[in-house]
Amino acid sequence: MIQSILAQIKRGKLWQYAGGIFPAERKSLSNQQAITFAPIPKELVIPLNQHIGEVADVLVNVGDEVLKGQALTSHNNFRALPVHASSSGTIKAIEARPSCHASGLPELSIVIETDGKDAWRERNPTTDFTALDRHTIIDKIHLAGIAGKGGAGFPAHIKLSVKADIELLIINGIECEPYITSDDMLMREYADELIKGIEILEFVTQCKQTVIAIESNKPEAIAALSAFETDTRRVTSVPTKYPSGGEKQLIELLTGKQVPNKGYPIDMGILMHNVGTAFAIKRAVIDDEPLISRIVTITGEAFKEKGNAHVLLGTPIQSLLAQFELEPQPNDQTRLIIGGPMMGFTLPDAMAPVIKTTNCLLAPTVKELPPPGQEMACIRCGECADACPASLLPQQLYWYAKDNDHDKLNDYSLFDCIECGSCAYVCPSEIPLVQYYRIAKADIRKQETEKKKAEIARIRHEARQERLEREKAAREAKHKEAAAKRKAQLNAAKPDQPESTTAEPTKDKAQDAVAQALARAKAKRQAPNTNANIDVAAARAARKEQARLAKAAKAAQEQTDNSATTAQEQQTEAKPKATNPAVAAAIARAKAKKEAQQDENEAQTSEEMPAPSKNPAVAAAIARAKAKKEAQQAKKEEPQPQSAATEQDDTEAPAPQEKPAPSKNPAVAAAIARAKAKKEAQQAEKEESQPQSAASEQDDTEAPAPQEKPAPSKNPAVAAAIARAKAKKAAQQAEKEEPQPQSAATEQKDTEAPAPQEKPAPSKNPAVAAAIARAKAKKAQQKDSTES
Amino acid sequence: MGIGVAIISLGLLALVAGLILGYAAIRFKVKSDPIVEQIDAILPQTQCGQCGYPGCKPYANAIANGDEINKCPPGGEAVILKLADLMGVEPTKLEGEEKPKAVAFVHEDECIGCTKCIQACPVDAILGATRQMHTVITDECTGCELCVAPCPTDCIEMIPVDETTKTWQWDLNSISIKEVQ
Amino acid sequence: MKFALASSPFGRKMFKTPDLMRLVILCLLPGIFVQWYVFGWGNLIQIIIAGLFAVITEAVIVAIRKRPVLPTIRDNSALLTGVLLGISLPPYTPWWITAIGIVFAILVAKHLYGGLGQNLFNPAMVAYVLLLISFPVHMTSWAPPEALMQHSVTLADAWSMITTGFSIDGYSLHQIKIAVDGTTMATPLDTLKTDLGHGLTASESMTKPIFGTFAGYGTEWVSFAFLVGGLVLLKQKAIGWQIPVSFIGGLFLFALIGYLGDPDASASPLLHLFSGATMFAAFFILTDPVTASTTVRGRIIFGLLIALLTYVIRTWGGYPDAVAFAVILANMCVPLIDYYTQPVVYGSKKA
Repeated sequence: MIQSILAQIKRGKLWQYAGGIFPAERKSLSNQQAITFAPIPKELVIPLNQHIGEVADVLVNVGDEVLKGQALTSHNNFRALPVHASSSGTIKAIEARPSCHASGLPELSIVIETDGKDAWRERNPTTDFTALDRHTIIDKIHLAGIAGKGGAGFPAHIKLSVKADIELLIINGIECEPYITSDDMLMREYADELIKGIEILEFVTQCKQTVIAIESNKPEAIAALSAFETDTRRVTSVPTKYPSGGEKQLIELLTGKQVPNKGYPIDMGILMHNVGTAFAIKRAVIDDEPLISRIVTITGEAFKEKGNAHVLLGTPIQSLLAQFELEPQPNDQTRLIIGGPMMGFTLPDAMAPVIKTTNCLLAPTVKELPPPGQEMACIRCGECADACPASLLPQQLYWYAKDNDHDKLNDYSLFDCIECGSCAYVCPSEIPLVQYYRIAKADIRKQETEKKKAEIARIRHEARQERLEREKAAREAKHKEAAAKRKAQLNAAKPDQPESTTAEPTKDKAQDAVAQALARAKAKRQAPNTNANIDVAAARAARKEQARLAKAAKAAQEQTDNSATTAQEQQTEAKPKATNPAVAAAIARAKAKKEAQQDENEAQTSEEMPAPSKNPAVAAAIARAKAKKEAQQAKKEEPQPQSAATEQDDTEAPAPQEKPAPSKNPAVAAAIARAKAKKEAQQAEKEESQPQSAASEQDDTEAPAPQEKPAPSKNPAVAAAIARAKAKKAAQQAEKEEPQPQSAATEQKDTEAPAPQEKPAPSKNPAVAAAIARAKAKKAQQKDSTES
Repeated sequence: MGIGVAIISLGLLALVAGLILGYAAIRFKVKSDPIVEQIDAILPQTQCGQCGYPGCKPYANAIANGDEINKCPPGGEAVILKLADLMGVEPTKLEGEEKPKAVAFVHEDECIGCTKCIQACPVDAILGATRQMHTVITDECTGCELCVAPCPTDCIEMIPVDETTKTWQWDLNSISIKEVQ
Repeated sequence: MKFALASSPFGRKMFKTPDLMRLVILCLLPGIFVQWYVFGWGNLIQIIIAGLFAVITEAVIVAIRKRPVLPTIRDNSALLTGVLLGISLPPYTPWWITAIGIVFAILVAKHLYGGLGQNLFNPAMVAYVLLLISFPVHMTSWAPPEALMQHSVTLADAWSMITTGFSIDGYSLHQIKIAVDGTTMATPLDTLKTDLGHGLTASESMTKPIFGTFAGYGTEWVSFAFLVGGLVLLKQKAIGWQIPVSFIGGLFLFALIGYLGDPDASASPLLHLFSGATMFAAFFILTDPVTASTTVRGRIIFGLLIALLTYVIRTWGGYPDAVAFAVILANMCVPLIDYYTQPVVYGSKKA
């Protein structure tokens, strides 16, 4: 900065900035009383994000005891500010709570139940800060979580860390908003501590000149600080005008220079801090006290008591309302404004806490600050342009904001608007101009983010397409080779089987995944593409049907023997099983193994293999997987001629689902039951059209029995649910399969097969049961191999 | 004679005017993106395929070749209006319905690590490996829902993106005001 | 208890659009009073007719446009337009001409453009120009000041003249216009223009009784009264200083240049300022916020442009006064002026 300007500043010369207004000040409401202390609330709600920047990591857990001043979030991220426990107590919750924001939307907060002891953590006061080096001081400021008290809450340590020659340090004690007196009272009552903070700032920045700027309507504050004037530090009284306290406006007022609109004051060698920040810095550096409380002005005619109070950060505003006796206004016109009448916002929920930037609680009566009237037509009077301290054309911005013309809004520098409210204040047509700008800004920001995201998505998509192309080409070459080899092998081993087709699903998989996904997504509306699986499925189905029909035949036999034929019987049967989970597990494993072998060549069902896992979660997942798969298969295959045959998959598949469930966890069982129910429901839909047959009733009652066996659940309700689900399924199956001509023939052939399956049921000896299970599994395996 | 002068002078005039126009056409030529690029820039790049094309670019191509502009549900009305403006056609009603923005979420306890969703994701926003639990990179997810259908365990859920204090659009009327005592 | 939500700022200046319009009307009162004193009841009746028709037209149109009627009427803008037109018309203009003018002003010049705040042209001046072109005889039938009249005109006469075209005693407007010296009276500017055309010098023409101390007889006092009202408006910050100052200053400057160049063939700067519609326009017509420029520099250019056009038309054009034309021509330039006179946004100044 030019020396002559510094010299002029030293003499106290002032310049002018454009615009500005002179609203009623109304400061005497709250600056006649000394600052009081608000009591410690029962509960402190400390939001993690109280500043501009990133959110820090949480350091505490629910249930932890914390001391006053203890850090709750870490400071290892330079752009994040830690928050601290404002009083001692226990962490009650870490959850989303209503925020101190115009939207009141919940934000993640740490809730502390205070113990009333207000016990401090260990503090290490520093008597001589000049003995510390610059970085230590900045670290201390960072650790103390100091966010600029001017309004936006920019972290103080970041401002201080910028490496630049700072010539002019401006301490902003303007407080130009009407009503607010927290800085005024701070300057009056804590002048010595404040000066200490300023000295620290001077020391850290090594500035040539310090200006403490105070509006002329605060003579007491000016007098209090004038006592500390030195050669390089002066207190400058500036004329009372709104918004002189704005950073840019104050810089122009004090130096006659404008901050370039894409630059920062620091580029001009100027650093500005609020008096509140300087005070917090003193407390942090000298007393080792983090930012855990602040002075809040409680004012407005709707409060019986008015004044300033030290309030612990995190204190729910509700408790202050009670303390200062807020009187509800008629017709639901009580307004609780956080901040001043020009730039504050109304709070929707009083449970929101006081945070680092909360400087004022204003509750005006209707008479004091009348609610906005009817918005009238703009008469283009230009008052707004005259009042705008940023020399914008608010009127044009208003037209374009109404029009949603973002390009024009940028042309007219919407983002240079500081939302000071001067334009709306003077508007004779009561147009809420600032609100229009805020909405437009939020909209532009949103669209910009979306555009950026879209651009990233596009790049990622293109990169992926490219990669897939590359991989596909490579894989195709490989596959041709491998497929040829496998074909040769398979043909040599099993010349009758069309097994070679199994290569196709794998190949299918290798196809463009997006296309595949698309096909799936559309399956609902469209007929399925010819699926290579169908051949395989048909082959498998043929096998399985034999087994199933055998069971059915056996069941028919049994029916003649036993008089009890209903699900009740199944339940009683299932019960002895349930007492012995080990047996069930063994059976399950055995069956699973068999299944696994059966399914080996079914690429699509390969997930079934981990079935024997004992992890109930996995089991549940597998169950869902199967249920879903089958549902889809069922849907797809429905229109095919082999539909009946393929249905076999469905009948068979649920069995292994049950098997690996040795868990006693009813939840798992329930999950399985649900999965099945879902599947069957889907099946049922499809099968509705099938001709019904009374003859199939036999199947209905007995077929599910073997499936039931492994269900080890002790929960009868679950068992019942499963039973019901199965009964239903079986009924539907039977209906379907009835028209099959070969059913009767195969039935007889395999009568003996299911018998051993049934046997272990009554056994009470787990070892025997296990052995039987293994035997059965082996036999089944052999049968499979002969079949194939 | 008179008519000769007229013809010659008018001819010269035409020549001069033609030269000026020709020069202006070169000198003031507006460089513009090919139309497909412009359309692609308007589309939301979710790559969801709801338009019936495998991605936004193919749809952009289709629009450039005369397809309807109303097939992009993620873009909603805003995109239709912009496209209508660009293509000089009347905005039409959206085909399909506009849903609130959502991102995919993998329920970890139900994921079996089958990688199907990874293959379906058009923007590689799902992380995981075979038999390992998968997870969605929320910031990269476009909300296309293509991963939902392939999941064999139905463990992917589309979770609507909540409004935060940072994304709030200053709609004071949308705030539900609580009764306080 | 529930909290009410609103957006900042919560405080507002207590001076609203209806108040502004009312203040403008109040500040017109001195001028209206002097006009009545000098010229009789004519204009007062015109103001009432025009104001009445203005409000009725506005109400009907707003109702047709399905907008809230009462709040619109209460903004006083239509009433103001009526008052302004009433002041501008020759005092004994037939009522139906006034009605046509004001209906046109509200319907076409204001609401067809979108209503208050959207109109490009000053409605009162559009109406005035329409009438001037459509009814040139009526619109140039200015009555001489009362004091110079042969026949005195009472309130009943004035009413009769406006509604029937004849005074109670049966005199026509033409007869009324005959002055004490037996000549037909015209406005000072008209007289001067005619005389200069007849080869008289300006100073010779100025000796005629129609001229007063330094400008038109009577009109100089009317102008002065409007100046006083205008200064009150300025004092109340209801209007900016830029337009009146640049317009009056500009007109004075142009007239001075012309006068110094050829004193015999030009009207004096003072005559320009205190005759015709100069003062009235400077504070009440040009400052119509809707149709004037909105930027500080723009307003100065706007005022100067009207001054120049007014001077040019008065001096060389076919009409004795020209403010209406000048205003409408300048209105057309406003978007352009506004565009090129945008203030430099904070921080964008080149160092």
